[in-house]
Formats: sequence, structure tokens, C-alpha cells
Amino acid sequence: MTIPIEQTNRSEPGGFRQWLLAPEPEGLFQSSVQQFYQGWLKFRLHPLGLVGLAVIILLILVAVAAPVLTQYDPIVQDMASRLAPPSAEHWLGTDNFGRDVFARIIYGARTTLYIIILVTVIVAPIGLLIGTCSGYFGGVVDEILMRITDIFLSFPGLVLALGFAAALGPGITNAIIAISLTAWPPIARLARAETLSLRNADFIAAVRLQGASSMAIITRHILPMCIPSVIVRVTLNMAGIIITAAGLGFLGLGAQPPWPEWGAMAATGREFMLDSPWVIAAPGIAIALVSLAFNLVGDALRDVLDPRGGE
Amino acid sequence: MASADLQSERDPNRNIDAFAAASPHPILITLRRLAGRVVAIVTTLLGLLFLTFSMGRLLPADPVLAITGAEVSKEVYDRVYRELGLDQPIWMQFLTYVRNVATGDLGRSTTTGQPILSDLLTIFPATIELALVAMVVGIVVGVPLGIIAAVRRGSIIDHIVRILALAGHSIPIFWTGLMALFIFYAKLRLVGASGRIDVFYEGLVTPVTGFLLIDSALQGQWEVFRNALSHIILPGSILGYYSVAYISRMSRSFMLEQLGQEYILTAKAKGLGRRQVVWRHAFRNIRVQLLTIMALTFGGLLEGAVLIETVFGWPGLGQYLTRGLQMNDMNVVMGAVLTIGAVFLTINMISDVLYRILDPRTR
Repeated sequence: MTIPIEQTNRSEPGGFRQWLLAPEPEGLFQSSVQQFYQGWLKFRLHPLGLVGLAVIILLILVAVAAPVLTQYDPIVQDMASRLAPPSAEHWLGTDNFGRDVFARIIYGARTTLYIIILVTVIVAPIGLLIGTCSGYFGGVVDEILMRITDIFLSFPGLVLALGFAAALGPGITNAIIAISLTAWPPIARLARAETLSLRNADFIAAVRLQGASSMAIITRHILPMCIPSVIVRVTLNMAGIIITAAGLGFLGLGAQPPWPEWGAMAATGREFMLDSPWVIAAPGIAIALVSLAFNLVGDALRDVLDPRGGE
Repeated sequence: MASADLQSERDPNRNIDAFAAASPHPILITLRRLAGRVVAIVTTLLGLLFLTFSMGRLLPADPVLAITGAEVSKEVYDRVYRELGLDQPIWMQFLTYVRNVATGDLGRSTTTGQPILSDLLTIFPATIELALVAMVVGIVVGVPLGIIAAVRRGSIIDHIVRILALAGHSIPIFWTGLMALFIFYAKLRLVGASGRIDVFYEGLVTPVTGFLLIDSALQGQWEVFRNALSHIILPGSILGYYSVAYISRMSRSFMLEQLGQEYILTAKAKGLGRRQVVWRHAFRNIRVQLLTIMALTFGGLLEGAVLIETVFGWPGLGQYLTRGLQMNDMNVVMGAVLTIGAVFLTINMISDVLYRILDPRTR
């Protein structure tokens, strides 16, 4: 971290770009924005990463603007036009209840986005807290916390999530809790590693000498430093999380009907797939597209952060 | 052999090991390491048991109502409550659970009344057979593909490996299964339908190993063998594809790491052919790493099997688990999760031991 230096000559008027590229940032905010900008300059060089990013942005836009993008309701049934093939009226055909598949895909984007946001919001803090405590305190605390983490890490995630989802009962919120229960360990591991490298830094020693409590040191000084890498890591893992969520949905443990969820749509489409393949084709492609996007962004991010590794 | 000499010369860890062995008695060190491993395994196993226990007992779904159904009188509820030992403190309940599992008592299915252990024993070979076929596909296709991709970086094969891996990590396996069923079964009629075998052939082979392919071949029932093969080929290769995606990518990066080492340069400078350099020098050094990857892949295969078995109606562990889920039969769910976890743990343990035996640096 660069320590902001008091400067008298403020950057010349030249606007935002100059502010972004100023060799000596004037504050914490500017320096972090600058770091972000430097990352973006590198990220820009990965065309596939940009494609992935575009798909993710598209997902967000679609989820937000769903009612504008389609005139059909994703839930109301229309048995008269049951299992209609794709046409000008129904772009992706209709399902077994006569609901427009395109509309259900569009509204399903909301479910996916909901899962992505909630899992991130649950997993990141838990992983951060456990990882930083483990790394900072060391000793017995570290031993116990890391053993718990290892136990969670040593079993196939989907199977564990299945068990938890079954115990909690079907439903989208419970599926999210189940996924989060299996998704935090890698984050905790990462936060622990980051903390170990920070623990003996001079600025931490300085804060400690000023009389800060352990909890204050962790939450106010160590934790914020771990956040960027944790966010990157969550992005990297998001493709797997989406696939797991789709698997839970497919097995009937995710969002409950009639609410549109892509995995569940593929599951209900199974019975009709021989005569109406569009019912399962569309949700599968949607899942693959979003998870591919996260994989592409993840690959590019990995490259930006560690240009030596991988390729 | 020249290459062996070369390797031992440039392996600095040997000397370090020699130093380490010089301080306390080597047997003591081995014992201490062994004790550490045993403690780690036992705690992980207890952790697994606690996780499955908490699925069945601690989480909101009421275990009593799961057995009796929603409409139940107060007396019956109380009796079942006591029979399940729910009036005991949590730690006592956990101990009872551990003791039951240790003696092979996994409880009974609340829907069929069958003991879960015997259920698991009958269905287990089906899943293992499927996973083994997938594993063979993954190794036979994945390892060479990854190595060729590393040797010829930037070639078409390299790009193929990249795309395979990306697709494998992005396309949900149940969807691939459904699509394959649609194309190869419904449209092309190339493969058998769901299940392990057609009803017509059922019961013709007496189970010896439980693996239909092996049993039918041993008993010379080639009709049955062919039928069983036509059933396993599709789920087996789809599951195998997902392991190819992972194995090829990993072998590529292991191989790249070796090819960048100086001993490869030396070998090339000596005038050895490319084949010699790749297979006799570089490949030898990634064998142990590949073994670890295969163990990890097997865990992934069990995960994939849960979904692919549901799609293909394969009567294995995965289908058993998902049936339990749909019937809200928590004993079945706990038993199946425990089995999958235990298998995964065992495989990790075996690969760990093999790693220690095979990698000279850990000796």
C-alpha cells in the first residue's frame, strides 16, 4: 500500500485521466481507483475476458429490464398454446403450460443474479472472518479453524450442498444457504494466506503499539486489505457456483415452481424433450453462457493479477 | 542410465532429506508423521460424520415429522421423539450416531423400511462401474491430449484442449446428458435407453463382482455384455468428457512446467529426439502429480455421477441419493452423502500414500 504523501502542487487541470495516472496519488481513494484503473488497462488486453464481462453486464441488464424485454408473463399459464415450437410470436417456443420460454429465460436471469449476489454477500464475509482470524491469531485457533475448513474442502461440494439443501427443505433461499456452506472454505484459505503475509508488517505492529485490540486490527486493517483478492477469487469460483445452483435446481431443490429457474426449467422439460427439444435447449444454453462468461472473466483476472502463472 | 544420474544430481531435496534424517532417529520421524496423518484422517472422518449428523438432526426439518407424517397425535410424536433419542443432549445423540455408523448401522429408509447399508451395498457397484469407465476415458484421452498440447503450444490441439476445458467447466453435466440422450438415443438410436441393462437381459448374469461388464464377460454372456456396454457407453463417456476437460488441462500445465526446466535443455543439447525428451524425461516427472489429479478427478466424478445417474436412470448411488431427496428420506440422504464422502476421503488417502511412496523427494 502506498502511503499518501501531502502535496502542495495539486495535479494540473487535465481532468479525470490525469487524476487517474498521477504518479503520486493524494489519498487512499485516489490510489485505490488508480490501482483499479491499472488493472483495467491490463484486463482490456484480453478479448475473451471482455466478451465474458459483456455477457455478465448483459445478464444484469436483462434481469433489471425483464418486463420491458418481453410482453409475456413468465408464470401465467396458457394451455391453448401449449408446447408451441419457436415462432415469430414465441421466439423460443412455449413450455408444457403454454408459458413463453423466452420470457422464462429472461425472468430466470433474475433468479441467477439473485443467487450470484446472495452467495457473494454470504460467502465473502464468512470466509474473510474465518481466514483472517485463523491467520492473525495462529496457534490453536488456526489449527481448529483450518481443520474445519479442510473438512468442508475434502468432500465434493455438490453432494454436501445437496445434503444441506435437503435438510433445510427445498426453496431458493435454502439452496443459497446450502451453496454458501460449501463455498466459503477456499475463500477462508485465501484470506488466511493474505493475513499471514500481512501479520508481521510494520504498519500492523505500529497499530498494535498504539493499543488497538486484536479485533480492531483484524476488522479495520487486515480485512480491508484482503477484500480485493477475495472478490477476485469469488468471481473465479462463481462459474462453479452457478453450475452447482443449476444442479440443485435440476434436482428440484432450488427455486420452486412456478418461479422460473434455469436448472428447474431443464428438469421439467425432460418429459417433453423428445417432441419439443426447445424446452430444455434454451435453459441449458443460458446456464452455459453465464458460467462461461464467469470462466472467461476469471481467466483474464488471473492473468492480470499473476502474469507469470498459467499461460 | 545417463538421465537417472542427471536427475539425482540436480535433485537438491535428497541432500536436505539426508540432513533431516541425521538428527532424531528416522523411525521416530516416520512414526510421528504417521501419527499426524492418523489424527488428520480421524478428525476429518469425525467432521464428515458431524456434517451428515447435522443434516439429519440439527437443521430445521423435523426428524419426527419426517417419519410420522404431518398429522400425528401428541403421544405418538413424543414416543417417536424419545425413540430417536432426541430428548438426549446433542453430544450424546452424536455419539450414538457415531457408534451406530461404526457398527454398520445406518438406519432404515423411512419410505421402504429397508436397512440403508444393504441398499448401499447393492447399488454401489453400479456407480463405481460408471465412474471407472469415465476414469478410463479421462486418462486415455486426457493425458495424451494435455501432453501434446504442452509440447505443441499454440497448435490446433492446444486450442482444442483449451476449448474442451472451458466447455467442461461451463456446461452443466445434466444438460449434456439430456442432449446426448436426445441425439444418440432418441434420434440416432445408437445406444441403449436408461438403466444399466434392458429388462429382457436382467437376471441372466449372476452377480460376482457386481460390475455387469466384468460379470457378463466372465460368464461368457456376450449378448448381455453388448447390451450392458450399449447402456454404459453414453453416461460413461459424458462423465468421462468432464474428466478429460480437467485432466488434459492439468497435464498440460504440469508438462509445460517440466519442459521449461534446464534438464530438458540438457537432454535436447545431448541430441535426444523429441519423443525421448518428452516421454522418457519430462513425462516421468509428472507421473506422480498426475496421480494426485486422478484422485481429485474421481471425487468430481462422484459429484457428476449424482446428476448423470438421475438423467440416465442409472441405479447407483446418485439416483439413490436423489430419490431420498425427493421422498424427504433423510436417513437415505445421510447414508448416501456419508458414503460418497467416505469414498472421497479414502481415495485421497490412497493417493497421498502413493505420492509418498512414488515421489522420491518425500521419502
